[in-house]
Amino acid sequence: MSVNLNSPGHYLHWWVVQISVANAVVIAVMLTLFVLALVLPFPKGRSHR
Amino acid sequence: MTTATHAPTWTGRLRDRATKSFPPDQLLPDKQPIYVASWIYVFGVATIAALLVVLASGTLLAIQGPQWWHRSSTGHYVNSLHLWSVELFMAFMVIHLWGKFWMAAWRGKRAMTWVTGTLCFLGSIGAAFTGYLVQSNFDSQFISTEAKDGLNSFGIGSRFNVMDFGQMLMWHIFLLPLVVGLIVVIHVLQVRRRGVVPPFEIHPVDLPIDDEARV
Amino acid sequence: MTTVPLLDPPTPVLLAPSQHRTAEAAARDTTGAWAGRNREYDLLKEFVIALVVVSLLAAALAAVFSSPDVHQVTLSSWSRSTPNDFVATAATELDGTSGTATYGAPYTHTPGVAQKIGPVSLQHIAGVTHPIDSAADFVVRPLSGIPGDSALSAALAQWGSATPQARQSWASSYDDALQKAPDNDPAKVAVGSYGPVPVMIARLLALAQTGGLDGALLLQGSFYQSDYTRPLLFIADGAYLGDKAAAEHLSGEQWGMMNETGSFPGQAWLWLYTFWYQVKPFSTSGNADALVMALMGVLSLGLICVPFLPGVRSIPRWIPVHRLIWRDYYRNAGT
Repeated sequence: MSVNLNSPGHYLHWWVVQISVANAVVIAVMLTLFVLALVLPFPKGRSHR
Repeated sequence: MTTATHAPTWTGRLRDRATKSFPPDQLLPDKQPIYVASWIYVFGVATIAALLVVLASGTLLAIQGPQWWHRSSTGHYVNSLHLWSVELFMAFMVIHLWGKFWMAAWRGKRAMTWVTGTLCFLGSIGAAFTGYLVQSNFDSQFISTEAKDGLNSFGIGSRFNVMDFGQMLMWHIFLLPLVVGLIVVIHVLQVRRRGVVPPFEIHPVDLPIDDEARV
Repeated sequence: MTTVPLLDPPTPVLLAPSQHRTAEAAARDTTGAWAGRNREYDLLKEFVIALVVVSLLAAALAAVFSSPDVHQVTLSSWSRSTPNDFVATAATELDGTSGTATYGAPYTHTPGVAQKIGPVSLQHIAGVTHPIDSAADFVVRPLSGIPGDSALSAALAQWGSATPQARQSWASSYDDALQKAPDNDPAKVAVGSYGPVPVMIARLLALAQTGGLDGALLLQGSFYQSDYTRPLLFIADGAYLGDKAAAEHLSGEQWGMMNETGSFPGQAWLWLYTFWYQVKPFSTSGNADALVMALMGVLSLGLICVPFLPGVRSIPRWIPVHRLIWRDYYRNAGT
């Protein structure tokens, strides 16, 4: 399974901002990972001194 | 292990200093403070893991030279591995940076840990940039002819010529990885030396003494 | 299971002998060894798992998405695709009006064009370290290597023996006429006094189309070479490379610094650097490159120095994201 990313890119425009969909997806994934890292419970290890 | 308090030799002094700064159980601990319990902590090690994949794929590209990936499908795959490991490396590093910022992880004499981390980030941007310059394709041509203006405007272009493929290849596969690698080692040693920053404002008077059941 | 306090009373580990601090101050001291309770944490295992997961992830992303490799532009491909653009560019190299010929340091001694920050021009101070004479390096010398062309030999001899004023007059007149010609077509240039220039430019086009100019500009008389400054500057002086880049959203005013060819993600981490070029005063300044570089230098220094910047370093205290990160700890601490 492969995705061909050689086709012309799509761009989002807002105010002076222009961003490629690919970059927007990367940034969205990063933000999602960050939020998930904060809210998902971390497995509890054994505690000891 | 014998430790002389005042070793007379350079070697002895270096050993004493190293073992004092990095006792083995601090250098390679098998326990962490109870507050080290969040997924945000895994992005540091994920960044290092991605860096190793970057270095490994870059090494594979180096073996057969800078033009290999244009003419071999295997080479193109290794180039893709290099690109995507860099994307992962930068993404993990930035998430790690966000996490450390919100923890104010520079508290408690940990400023140098933050400083080396940010230097690593900026150095990696430079390393990635030179990578784009040595792809030897249309991308490299346009990026180099655009980037020269920024560097020339500051006089940097007089010595660091982004259109000199040979010079940029040297920077990309030797000088910058060396610098970034050294900073990463120092950064990790700083973390081991100072430990993971504790939470804000813990007052022992507020703490229940006997709360094992609640943990 | 033994009962263990979450945080031990202050221990000597946290207290310097000369200091007389309260237990609270000692607990706030975040510099010493952690004297509270620990949890098992296998760093090596975590590292190995991370390495395996990240390796597999990178391998999968590489397999699924591949990587871009848009074929390079050569002087040959450019001169074949848009010969009129090539000829128009060559004319500006010969009369000294091209981007390269008027660039200033580090390529030419053109006065007054170096970028400045206030009164200071680091570009000028750094000097001309890669001197380029566009007429000689890009046009005359490559043509001199072509054997067996009597018309070209005569044209080069006429050019070589002419005064600088005569050369400039021929080249400028031809450049002007070319710009006025329909589609910049050299075949439609008005009759004029151009000396040997039309022959030279026509031969340069032919040399470029055969691929000879790529080698001639790169090698410049040597055998080994790894410096592509000259051919790249010549290509970038034309409209072809820039138009192709604009079609891929790579231009400076398109946030191109963070973009990549095709639909691939690019250097998204350059978002702030490329942002400044989109807004005033940078978007309209002749010193934009120097100003943005300076601004980014200051901001980068700021990022490095966050621990020492009053206000900035307190943001994590004011916006308590850390309450989420350490929520278990705070819950159990009863605060």
